[in-house]
Amino acid sequence: MQGEVNTESVIQVQKEKQKPFWKRVDHRVMVFLSLVVGILIWALLSTIPSVNAILTNPVTIAKTFVTELSNQNLVTDIVASIYRVLGGFFLGLLVAIPFAFLMGWYDIFRSLFEPWIQFFRTIPPIALIPLVIVALGVGESAKIAVIFVATFLVMVVSIYQGVRNVDPTLIKAARVLGATDKDIFLEVVVPASFPYILVGVRLGLASAWTTLVAAELTGASKGLGNMIMEAGLYFRMDLVILGIILIGLIGFVMDKGVLWLEKKLAGWQEVSK
Amino acid sequence: MMTTGKSDTKIKVNGLSKVFQGRNGDVIALNNVDLEIKQNEFVCIVGPSGCGKSTLLNIIAGLEKKTSGSVLADDKEIEGPGEGRGVVFQQYALFPWKTVLKNVEFGLKLKGVDAVTRRKHAMEYLELVGLKEFAHSYPKELSGGMKQRVAIARAFAAEPEVLLMDEPFGALDAQTRAQLQEELLNIWDNKKKTCFFITHDVEEAVLLGQRVVIMSARPGRIKEVIDVDISYPRTQETKLDPRFVEIKNEIWSKVYQEYLAVKK
Ligand SMILES: Nc1ncnc2c1ncn2[C@@H]1O[C@H](COP(=O)(O)OP(=O)(O)OP(=O)(O)O)[C@@H](O)[C@H]1O
Ligand SMILES: [Mg+2]
Repeated sequence: MQGEVNTESVIQVQKEKQKPFWKRVDHRVMVFLSLVVGILIWALLSTIPSVNAILTNPVTIAKTFVTELSNQNLVTDIVASIYRVLGGFFLGLLVAIPFAFLMGWYDIFRSLFEPWIQFFRTIPPIALIPLVIVALGVGESAKIAVIFVATFLVMVVSIYQGVRNVDPTLIKAARVLGATDKDIFLEVVVPASFPYILVGVRLGLASAWTTLVAAELTGASKGLGNMIMEAGLYFRMDLVILGIILIGLIGFVMDKGVLWLEKKLAGWQEVSK
Repeated sequence: MMTTGKSDTKIKVNGLSKVFQGRNGDVIALNNVDLEIKQNEFVCIVGPSGCGKSTLLNIIAGLEKKTSGSVLADDKEIEGPGEGRGVVFQQYALFPWKTVLKNVEFGLKLKGVDAVTRRKHAMEYLELVGLKEFAHSYPKELSGGMKQRVAIARAFAAEPEVLLMDEPFGALDAQTRAQLQEELLNIWDNKKKTCFFITHDVEEAVLLGQRVVIMSARPGRIKEVIDVDISYPRTQETKLDPRFVEIKNEIWSKVYQEYLAVKK
């Protein structure tokens, strides 16, 4: 055993030496480099006057970011957007989980709900906005309602798939150990579908975020989407770009957060493929 | 209830038939099967693929419904899966989200055994299969042979009186298989269980079983039951015993006839 480990590490070292230098560089260094180069290109491009009218240079954006932060408007917008996303998302999750489990567990529920879910799933949630505005006005509840519908549909399908995919031999294995229906649900079906719930959460959050911006663009008193739209009207391109970058960043952080959660909570999964 | 003749019989299968309704018509998986397994007996079953071995095991386990006949465990009709009968599946069927220890504990947890006791108990069985150091690993971190050992420990830890095993060593390499065969015989000897063991491997059947049941090809029925009159403890060396070779060849030729019948 000892010998094996040693030769292995020797082989590793040899490989390390043979690799060309760009393969030896740490992944994170490469990411950093890529960002720096990207921003440099952006800065260079923005020196061209005709481009600069639309694509403001990074330094101006950074300055705008600081001034907007200090006058509180930006913070209000970000908070408003995140509040709507999380509100709609958690409502969606709260309803999607029991729905998906009922559909996966009882055939009657599947027959009753599946056609509706499949149908509504094909409609982009943004198409519902005019309807929702008429029904609920342009306030918070309208935005949350649209996000709720969008996230619910995405998540219910994904979680339902998880419940259906539970390995039947695992259910048998639990049965012969004396599990009741309740045990099987709590000890087998729920944990087995957990990775699918996380996939649903990830898809749901992404869909919530894109739907939100669309909903805010159509009219709102605050929020990042609204900020971009208003800035566009006043031709404040620096604000528009700042808004776009912030939307991307927040979406990215949320996605990474769920991925991190998945690693923490579903690390038991066999890595296939 | 106390009649001596009856209490010796653990599982009694009488005129059992099973018909599967398939899309291409009905499949008779079992046709009038009779079988008796005594308390603490080790019975192996061999037969060509598709002859109904798993079906028989699943019905005894209570996982599958019979079409007609009777299947008794301790003189009571089997209605569903029960605590008294544990199963080891070919595909391990470990819960991937539970650690090795939690997997082994699971049967006891379902029975409501308190955490401290069941942990002690599970560790004992993990030690028996030589996986004590892996108690806190997840199944994905184990090799196939180790997973199968956990599955065996899990089935034994629930302390069933009867163990039903469906080709548990089918997917393992020869060495691991030989090792697990001896481990299984040891546990069986220590804990005195009734074992019903399906295998494709005639040699394995003769090495493990006190009796070997040969099933015939479709429609599945029992062709013959052969006594293996070789004393325990049996080890890999037992395979060299002339009597062992003799019984093995006898069974093998009978299974081969069935195999030819299937081909026709
Ligand atoms: N759920 C099912 N539906 C329909 N037919 C089935 C079903 N399960 C088994 N059968 C049929 O019953 C017969 C016996 O199957 P069984 O799985 O018991 O065979 P086996 O002896 O265990 O075979 P193997 O050695 O290949 O595992 C086969 O012909 C099979 O096609
Ligand atoms: Mg089988």
